[in-house]
Amino acid sequence: MADLSIDIRSLVKRHGATLAVDRVTLDVRRGEFFSILGPSGAGKTSLLRMLAGFETPDSGEILIDGRSMAGVPPNRRPVNLVFQSYALFPHLSVADNVAFGLEMKRVPRRDIDARVASSLELVRLGEKRDRMPGQLSGGEQQRVALARALVNRPAVVLLDEPLAALDQQLRQQMQGELKSIQSQVGITFVCVTHHQEEALALSDRLAVMHQGRVAQIGRPQEIYESPATHFVAQFIGTSNELRGTLSDHHAGRATLVCSDPGLSRTIRVAVSDALRPGEPVALILRPERVRVAPDGGGTGFDNELPGRVETLRYLGSEWHCVVRMNDRQSWTIHMPNHAGGSPPWRAGDQVSVQWNVSDGVVLPLS
Amino acid sequence: MMPASPAQNRDRKGEARGALCWLLAPAVLWTAFFCLLPLAVILAVSFATRGTYGGILWELSLENYRDLLHLLYGRIFGQSLLLAALTTIVCLAMGFPLAYYIARLPPRRQALWLVLIMVPFWTNFLVRTYAWIFILRTEGLMNTVLLKLGLIPTPIEILYSNSAVVLGLVYGYLPFMVLPLYAAIERVDRALIEAAWDLYADRWSVFRLVLVPLTKPGIVAGCVLVFIPSLGAFITPDLLGGARSMMVGNLIQHEYLIARDWPLGSAISIVLMALVTGAMIWYFRAQSVVDDKRGAS
Repeated sequence: MADLSIDIRSLVKRHGATLAVDRVTLDVRRGEFFSILGPSGAGKTSLLRMLAGFETPDSGEILIDGRSMAGVPPNRRPVNLVFQSYALFPHLSVADNVAFGLEMKRVPRRDIDARVASSLELVRLGEKRDRMPGQLSGGEQQRVALARALVNRPAVVLLDEPLAALDQQLRQQMQGELKSIQSQVGITFVCVTHHQEEALALSDRLAVMHQGRVAQIGRPQEIYESPATHFVAQFIGTSNELRGTLSDHHAGRATLVCSDPGLSRTIRVAVSDALRPGEPVALILRPERVRVAPDGGGTGFDNELPGRVETLRYLGSEWHCVVRMNDRQSWTIHMPNHAGGSPPWRAGDQVSVQWNVSDGVVLPLS
Repeated sequence: MMPASPAQNRDRKGEARGALCWLLAPAVLWTAFFCLLPLAVILAVSFATRGTYGGILWELSLENYRDLLHLLYGRIFGQSLLLAALTTIVCLAMGFPLAYYIARLPPRRQALWLVLIMVPFWTNFLVRTYAWIFILRTEGLMNTVLLKLGLIPTPIEILYSNSAVVLGLVYGYLPFMVLPLYAAIERVDRALIEAAWDLYADRWSVFRLVLVPLTKPGIVAGCVLVFIPSLGAFITPDLLGGARSMMVGNLIQHEYLIARDWPLGSAISIVLMALVTGAMIWYFRAQSVVDDKRGAS
């Protein structure tokens, strides 16, 4: 049995008539950076608040370090929460904020000073220990909030949308810092976020939640490359899709008959045996797995569809190209910038969009 | 655009200042007329002498203030301070939980509760205080009910005592405590309470280390709003305290209306005001020193 930090067993929480958390079962291993990802209203905040002890489950069980948390109030739990709004005490200095938990636990004064100093060092705020929270920037406040949790050496640090309040640049910088701090201290992190890039970049494993349930749990690569459901595929990253039904199901290969009359070509796809012919499905293609070639050129790829370049966006390292497939849908395709910034296509160009069977994932529509 | 010349700038500033003067004029006049003028009259009268038939003789002296050094007056001042302080403490102890409860209700219910707290103000204070006599007296509502229920063997003799005065004052001034407290508590971010709880604080520590410091302006405002009128109260001690209880307010009323010694009454008023003002100044000075030390932002 793996060394578990958190073991959640068929947890249920109702908010009035709605099921906020619906039979969620998952476990988090010791020292892992685990993210709970989902759109707002997916139940991830409820789940986090039940872990912290602010909400009580209607049924199911939470074990932290093998100990049941039923009836244990937040102040007796071996977890600390980093609030989305940071919730720093405005009347206490940075050092006093960080020392708060240790003082409540009646740690001797000398130890408190040493631990506060080292945890402020860890988040590189050693010189700002006497500042008030109001005098700090958003990023600094975030780091104080993190230090205030880490200093207690909890079994688990819970993070509620940790980077949501920061601007783009700071966000990326803090992502790196969060990850490196976590691997330094080796404490289990459970991070709730609706930001999929953040979850992919930070997590060892993540759970994608949808309507109160766990849609998929896995490593970032598994979630992105082999999404388990249509929802996961759509929610994580950009996806281009073709809808239709399957025929000629044979040895893991099949033909997708597009339901869209404008795209009436036969598409070769790889499928799992669980899918039945005639079942409505969607083929998911990631923007970087599709190639664009001049119209009418030879292919060498398993599949090919015609399209017209609509817009091109230059992002420095990449071109993002929107290709109109028919009057109902257009695809986003990412191309590396090889040609020193000169655009690979012009708007209006007729092109051929190509990919191999292994580039796509077929998922049932439900 | 041409940069404005210094002269033009000065003109513009002058104009702005002129406009400001006109805008402030009503407020300044109001303050002067309704606050400073009566105060000046009282101050002047406090140095005058009582005429034989209760008139004011403008023979200026410090005689009235010297009279106040008498032990009797000291006792009345002391008792007033004590009763007002007690009232403030009881109001705070009762008001904080109530204000906290209201501030944590959904907004609609909050409004209902706030209205309920204001409802007593729709009835005259004197009438409401008389009602308390009917509740508290020996054959009153409270004793009748308690005796009937067999909770007490003999009637509680509470009317016409300092306890009754404090009870009446608490009753009268509790809303002045609850409203500023409510406003302060309502502004406290709930996440801060949860953060303290998450950081191993028990309920008492959350209250002492987070809630109280963050609602301090409300606590101070509530205490000032209760303490000052309690100190000067005269209807409540007059009706509920009877002959045994006298507060400064009664003393002033007595000097003005019964003894017809306006100069002495004025002197007592001035001393009372000086005491309260001095206490306030001392408090806020001490407070700003603490805040400076903290480097408040």
